[in-house]
Amino acid sequence: MKWGVVRFPGSLDDADALWALGQVMGQEARALWHKDEDLAGVQCVVLPGGFSYGDYLRCGAIARFSPIMKSVVRFANDGGLVIGICNGFQILCEAHLLPGALTRNRSLSFICERVNVRVENAATPFTCAARQGEVLRLPIKHGEGLYVAPAGELRAMEERGQVLLRYTDAAGRERDDANPNGSTRAIAGVANETFNVFGLMPHPEHAVEAALGGEDGRKIFRSIIMSVERTSAAKPGATSGGTSAGRSSSSSV
Amino acid sequence: MLVKVFVTPRKGILDPQGRAVEQSLKSLGFGGVGAVRVGRYITLELDAPSVEQARAAARRMCEQLLANPNIEDYSFEVEPPEAGPR
Repeated sequence: MKWGVVRFPGSLDDADALWALGQVMGQEARALWHKDEDLAGVQCVVLPGGFSYGDYLRCGAIARFSPIMKSVVRFANDGGLVIGICNGFQILCEAHLLPGALTRNRSLSFICERVNVRVENAATPFTCAARQGEVLRLPIKHGEGLYVAPAGELRAMEERGQVLLRYTDAAGRERDDANPNGSTRAIAGVANETFNVFGLMPHPEHAVEAALGGEDGRKIFRSIIMSVERTSAAKPGATSGGTSAGRSSSSSV
Repeated sequence: MLVKVFVTPRKGILDPQGRAVEQSLKSLGFGGVGAVRVGRYITLELDAPSVEQARAAARRMCEQLLANPNIEDYSFEVEPPEAGPR
């Protein structure tokens, strides 16, 4: 399947995401330049980690205005799959593709460590290769990862199953000391209401090879591949890309 | 016109920076300090035909970019050129 990794000025993890998808997962992955508006027919857009536009004003606040983000918003609104990792998550919140916001860690420190996250909803395109309640071990590295949203919104999100990942201990228990950044309800990753946009603070692209400390991150990418394959099988002649170009093309995954 | 925009963490939103500054002020011996919030102060010059229009533009700027309404409150002041020292 075709993946596009957006490169903003200040993106850091774009090359690692391309490596994880292309070399490790055997996918067709290409970089997308922030000044372009063409998504090149990709079936999933990845907004990588980093410090786009120097994190000026607020993390992700400026990246939202890049030419490519217009296309990403249109793609997402048409049902295309978008995953934002770390800074990408912050950008998706700023672009109003995801609810809530990410703010300064409660410790005020930049955190770089491996954490455990529990899969709260395994019935989504981003988690279907994992088991419900499965604990994944993934790295985080951020200074502003404390997730917040208005209380009413949080309740509605929980009811709809939009919280996909929550920080827990290795046994999957919620504990305050297992919540690295103080996120509300220990939220590590959320989806939009239609479950085609996903943002998470942990880095699945940095957990795809056992030699580098674990491969749980593959489950996130494999989920997306599985769901695209399923959609393509269900609708012959259609890709799940979501763009009109993608829909009219007969290319298969 | 000169527009002064003040952006602060919304009440009820955890402000770890404010809390750290509050602790530091207390450890310096400043008594009676509480509810410290750390925000952002933005100034900009705006060419607008009236104060009303400048205020309307400033409000839109805050809503669309300068503040994140999910986590921040904002307020602003508009000074016509003759009102203040430039």
